[in-house]
Amino acid sequence: MNTKGYLDMELLRFTTAGSVDDGKSTLIGRLLYDSKSIFEDQLEAVEEASRSRGNEEVNLALLTDGLRAEREQGITIDVAYRYFATPKRKFIIADTPGHVQYTRNMVTGASTADLAIILIDARNGVVEQTVRHTFIAKLLDIPHIAVCVNKMDLVDFSEERFQAIERDYREMMRKMNCDARLYFLPISAKYGDNVVNASDRAPWYAGPTLMGLLEGVQISHKAGEEGEPLRMPVQYVIRPISDKFPDYRGYAGRLAGGVLHVGDRVRILPSGLESRVKAIMQADKSLEVAHTPESVSVLLEDDIDISRGDLLVGADSPQPVVGQQFRMMCCWFNEQPMQLRKRYIVRGATSECIGMVSQIEYRVDIHTLESVEGDNMLKMNDIACVNLRMASPIAFDSYTDNRATGSLVLIDPDSFETVGAGMVMNV
Amino acid sequence: MTYKLTHLKELESESIYVLREVAAQFERPAILFSGGKDSIVVTYLAYKAFYPAKIPFPLLHIDTGHNFQETLDYRDALVKKLGAQLIVGSVQESIDKGRVKEEQGYNASRNRLQTTTLLDTIEEYKFDACIGGARRDEEKARAKERFFSHRDEFGQWNPKNQRPELWNIFNGKKNVGEHFRVFPISNWTEMDVWQYIYQEGIEMPSLYFTHERACFERDGQWLAAEPCMRLKPTEQVVTRRVRCRTIGDISCTGLTLSEAHTLEDIIEEIAATRVTERGGRADDKRSETSMEDRKKEGYF
Repeated sequence: MNTKGYLDMELLRFTTAGSVDDGKSTLIGRLLYDSKSIFEDQLEAVEEASRSRGNEEVNLALLTDGLRAEREQGITIDVAYRYFATPKRKFIIADTPGHVQYTRNMVTGASTADLAIILIDARNGVVEQTVRHTFIAKLLDIPHIAVCVNKMDLVDFSEERFQAIERDYREMMRKMNCDARLYFLPISAKYGDNVVNASDRAPWYAGPTLMGLLEGVQISHKAGEEGEPLRMPVQYVIRPISDKFPDYRGYAGRLAGGVLHVGDRVRILPSGLESRVKAIMQADKSLEVAHTPESVSVLLEDDIDISRGDLLVGADSPQPVVGQQFRMMCCWFNEQPMQLRKRYIVRGATSECIGMVSQIEYRVDIHTLESVEGDNMLKMNDIACVNLRMASPIAFDSYTDNRATGSLVLIDPDSFETVGAGMVMNV
Repeated sequence: MTYKLTHLKELESESIYVLREVAAQFERPAILFSGGKDSIVVTYLAYKAFYPAKIPFPLLHIDTGHNFQETLDYRDALVKKLGAQLIVGSVQESIDKGRVKEEQGYNASRNRLQTTTLLDTIEEYKFDACIGGARRDEEKARAKERFFSHRDEFGQWNPKNQRPELWNIFNGKKNVGEHFRVFPISNWTEMDVWQYIYQEGIEMPSLYFTHERACFERDGQWLAAEPCMRLKPTEQVVTRRVRCRTIGDISCTGLTLSEAHTLEDIIEEIAATRVTERGGRADDKRSETSMEDRKKEGYF
């Protein structure tokens, strides 16, 4: 491949959730190894570490478990990011542990993913953990789900078994009301069947390998299409105050939805003031048009009051809701439980204000997916539908319409830790 | 028709977003500038993020006193071109003041000593955010690093209690005395960095391209035969055609035998290589978790 070829690749972010028992580490190891993304010194280091631990086979989990405590305890603590590329695409894996108590890590890894890999042990079929992982993928609105039915070698690559699992899974998705695009693959991570190389042990399967799927799946900058609602949270105002640029005011931000053109009429929220786009700058380059998710700096025709935290939207686009009260799905991250009516800092893409949870409508039991009413606090890893009230009006979209302008985090005003995440509902 | 964004465009956009968040959320940020390719790319991205204003942060260089002359020349020329402020923290000064003790023996390195100088300089200038060029693909402890990485009053990293980082929301809030390390190019790989340098035509220090150099081999690794290196009696100084894959302190910068004259050559070479870039870093080979241990103490 020539140098130019490397410059023309797309980026796919995907997440894997599961435990060592599902063969998740083996699968990642297999993807990296068969795509020649593991380097010799990395492999040597892992072989050496495996030997000194008394592991008989090379323990590919040691590639991903990098922290001392993880290696000592043989567990994965945190989200680890892995990178590899094929001639077609560059990939970022957010590898998250699958234990119940690490819901917060799965949520974190899923928040930026275009695709989720859900691993199912062919012998066990759809189990509680599968439901939990799928629910989080749905909650975070991951557009594609690749269901990898692993350890097919242990069920003789049985087509009936595979189809039964597919049926069960589709039934679960229907109950969950999840509209992600689904792909089912019979694989053996251990032996490499249908991971990078096609398997001849499942002749009844005509679909792509996992790598083929990852390379081919459409990357949905779904909010970035022409005609989609224009959104840009204002991050920073660039004011050089120099002789060469005496009156320059560039509104810096990353497009979060739609396509921005010079001449577009735009509205600033929450103020509602309007103006027209005079220029779109990327460093010293002037653009006619910019797409989501590009970072730009926007110059407007009128001198209006705009600051960090404002949301720039298309004047003719469907509008977000500007308000002080929202319903949202909330995932709690902190050992300190969430308390009703306690003041938290609410941080959206770039906006910030004081807010409180005024009511918990229901909590989702992550094991049964049933709604539980009557809670008055949330514990770590709880997921619930809550009402959020804020001290000043902020513009939000529904999370399912726009991940960037429909999401927020809660920050504890005393410890400054990020204690919860929210996904705004049906605005 | 679906709009296609190249991976370099997307990575650039993400990094510029992070740099602007730093400018918006902190009072006294600085770019940790080592003269290596990663900090050069971060500085270039900062230039793009704030144009036509100047980069709103000074460049902070922790000078071990064992830097290649080319690195220092490049640094000074870049600072002049950008009209940026340069602050130098000197490891030699830390040694002279008795803040740290020089390591002894053949493998002595000032790499670890930098941490004290760095933390002292952060305190002296009251920096609340230090922007670094670390990437998650470099090393397994770095794979778990956040974009906004919180450090306590002692400059320590607590990997088991990191703040969850979701979507593109970054929480830079902190108590007095604490600070952040920020890594705008977390999601880039070595290959991405070189492709970007090629795409943007960024001028690079000559050390990255093949050149003749007096060097010697130790534990299968080529090192520069500079005055600060103490040779064992069995080690021979020879001249080889080499280039640096990473640039750090002379004592821990491994040299690669290479004929790569141009950025295209470098990209081809990296595409074919079977060893990670930190495979050449003596500082990472000290133990299985040496990077994590240094990071906890407050290393870059």
